[in-house]
Amino acid sequence: MNPFSRAAGKIAPLDCSNVDTDQLVPKQFLKLVQRTGFGKFLFYGWRHNADGSPRPGFVLDDPAYRDSKILVTGRNFGCGSSREHAVWALCDYGFDVVIAPSFADIFYSNCIKNGLLPARVSEKDAHMLMQDAEAEVDLESQTITAGSHTVPFEIDPHSKKTLLEGLDDISRTLKFEKEISRFEKDSRIPSVL
Amino acid sequence: MNITEKILARAASKGSVSPGDVVFADVDKVMMHDVSGPGVIKVFEKLKKQGINVEKLWDPSRVWVAEDHFVPSAEKISAENISKLTKFVKRYDIGRHFRYGMGQYGICHTISHEEAMVMPGEVYVGGDSHTNTTGALGAFACGLGHTDIAYVLLHGRIWFRVPETYYFKLNGRLPDHIMAKDLILHIIGEIGTDGGAYRAMQFGGSGVDAMSVQSRLTLCNMTTEAGAKCGIVEPDQKTLQYLESRGATNMRPVTGDADSEYAKTFEYEADKLEPLVAEPFSPENTRPVREAPTVELDKSYIGSCTGAKYEDLRAAARILKGRKVKIRTEILPAAISIYRRAMEDGLLRIFIDAGATVGPPTCGACCGAHMGVLAKDEVCISTTNRNFPGRMGHVDSKTYLSSPLVAAASAVTGRITDPRDLP
Repeated sequence: MNPFSRAAGKIAPLDCSNVDTDQLVPKQFLKLVQRTGFGKFLFYGWRHNADGSPRPGFVLDDPAYRDSKILVTGRNFGCGSSREHAVWALCDYGFDVVIAPSFADIFYSNCIKNGLLPARVSEKDAHMLMQDAEAEVDLESQTITAGSHTVPFEIDPHSKKTLLEGLDDISRTLKFEKEISRFEKDSRIPSVL
Repeated sequence: MNITEKILARAASKGSVSPGDVVFADVDKVMMHDVSGPGVIKVFEKLKKQGINVEKLWDPSRVWVAEDHFVPSAEKISAENISKLTKFVKRYDIGRHFRYGMGQYGICHTISHEEAMVMPGEVYVGGDSHTNTTGALGAFACGLGHTDIAYVLLHGRIWFRVPETYYFKLNGRLPDHIMAKDLILHIIGEIGTDGGAYRAMQFGGSGVDAMSVQSRLTLCNMTTEAGAKCGIVEPDQKTLQYLESRGATNMRPVTGDADSEYAKTFEYEADKLEPLVAEPFSPENTRPVREAPTVELDKSYIGSCTGAKYEDLRAAARILKGRKVKIRTEILPAAISIYRRAMEDGLLRIFIDAGATVGPPTCGACCGAHMGVLAKDEVCISTTNRNFPGRMGHVDSKTYLSSPLVAAASAVTGRITDPRDLP
C-alpha cells in the first residue's frame, strides 16, 4: 500500500444516503476475484440497462465529472454486505477519497486496508462540497479545501496512521514483530499466582 | 463490564476495557465462504508477491469454510471458485469444510449454530456481514473484509475498537402471531439503518429469556441491517443445551456484571408488537402488515440465514397446512440438517401439498445470485434480510421483508397478509 498524504482533483457529487454495497458492485460480479478491473462494475445497475447497454444520466457518466478523484456523498455510505469488491471498484475507478457524514463499519475498515481515504464531515459540509468542482484533501491536517473554504474532516488516529505510513496491519505487524513479542513477554501474567 | 466488554477484555488479556478502547484481541474462530474465500486467496497471492510469508495459517483447526452463496454452481466461474477454495482448504489443512452435497452443508451462519462451530464467550470473525448472527450464542461475532480475514488467518488476532452497547429489552413473551423477525424489523424501523453503527446491540429481558435460541439468532442476524458491529444475547441454560445437543463441550461462557453499563436502553412490550413488513428499498421502511398497501405479489420466498431455520419452517408450515398457495412459493431450508428434520417431521409434505416448492440449502436468491431471482417489476415477500434495489434480482423488482408467518400467509392470499386475517 502506498503512503497517503494528500489528494486533489475533481469532485463527483452523489447526493443520497445509505448507498449500499449492492449498488456499489452488484452480486453478479462478486464471482470475479481479481483485485483490478472492478472500476467498470462500479454502480453498474445505475449505469446500465438490463441488457448491458449504457443507461445515460448517472453522475459519473456526465463529462463534467469524468476522472473525478473525490466522491462526496450522504450518510451511512457502504452499508450492506462486507464485500471488499466495493472498495476495489472505487479505487480502480480512480477515486482517492470518499467524503460522507458517516460510513458503514466494515466498508470503512476495508477502505483503510486498500488506501482509500474515508473522510467524515458534517452533513452541512458534505452538501456544501457537493456544489464544488474540485478539492484538495490533506490527511495530516485533516482538512478539505475547495475554492475559498476549508473544512475539517474526522478520521480515527489508528486509520490515519495506517494511511499516512502506507502500512496495512500485516506490514505493520511484520515491522513491529520484535516489539510485539517483547511486549507480550514482559506483560505476560505469571502462570503461578 | 457488560458481556461484550468482558469477552473482548478476556481475548485481549486485559483486566478491563471500556467503550472506545482499541484492543488487540485473540480470535477463537474464523469463517470464510465461496465469495470471501476466493477474495482472501487473492489477498494471500498479493502478500506473497510482497515477500510476506503465507506458508502457514496461525491455527488451521480454528478455521472453517462453507459453500453457500453460489452453490449449486450455475456457471463456470462459480464452479472455479469452489474448486479454488477446495484446494486452499487442502493446502492449508483447514479444520472443517462444509461441502455442498456432502454430509452437512448449508448457509455459513446457519452452520455456525447447527454444528456448534462457535461457543459462548468466543471471539468469532467471518468473511460475511451477517456473521453478527452467531452473537446469539453469547459470542462476540462480527464480519470482516477479505484483507482483515487474511490477517486473522496468519496472525490469529485483530484490532477492535470496543463498541458502546445499546441494550434492547423485551418485556413479556411474544404472542403466537409475532416472531423475532417482527421485533428486529421494529427496532430497525425505529433506530434506522445506521442506528446501531459501530455499536453492540444486546438483547435481553423476560421476552428474550423466554425465546428459543433460534429466535435469538434472528434478532442478532439483522443487527447488520442497523449497521451494528455485533449483536449479542447473554448465554443461558437454553444456549448451553442447544450447543451440547450439537456436540459442544468445554464451554467457557461469559455473562455481564450486575453493574453492566449501556450507552442507551430501549424497551418494548411484547403484547404491543404488530406483524411488520419492511417496504422497498430499505429494511428501515417498516409498516404494520395491516396497514401495508394492497400489492399483487408474484412470489413468496422463505429462505436465508435470517428466515429458514427449523423454527421458521415450522412457522410457515403452521400457516400452509391444509391451504394452497396462490403465488409461486419457494422454500429453501438453510442447512441440510434442517431439511432432514423438516422431512422427518412432515413439513416438506405440507409445503408440497400446499403447492410450494422446496429447494436446496443455499443463499440463492437472497443475494440475487441464482435459484429464483426476480424479473423486472416483480414483487416478492421474503423472509430474508435486505431489500435494496436489485438485491434479489432485477433492479426494478421489489422485495418486502417479513417474518415466515407473514410470508406464508401472503403466499396463501397473494397479497401482504397478517396471519391473523387468514380465513
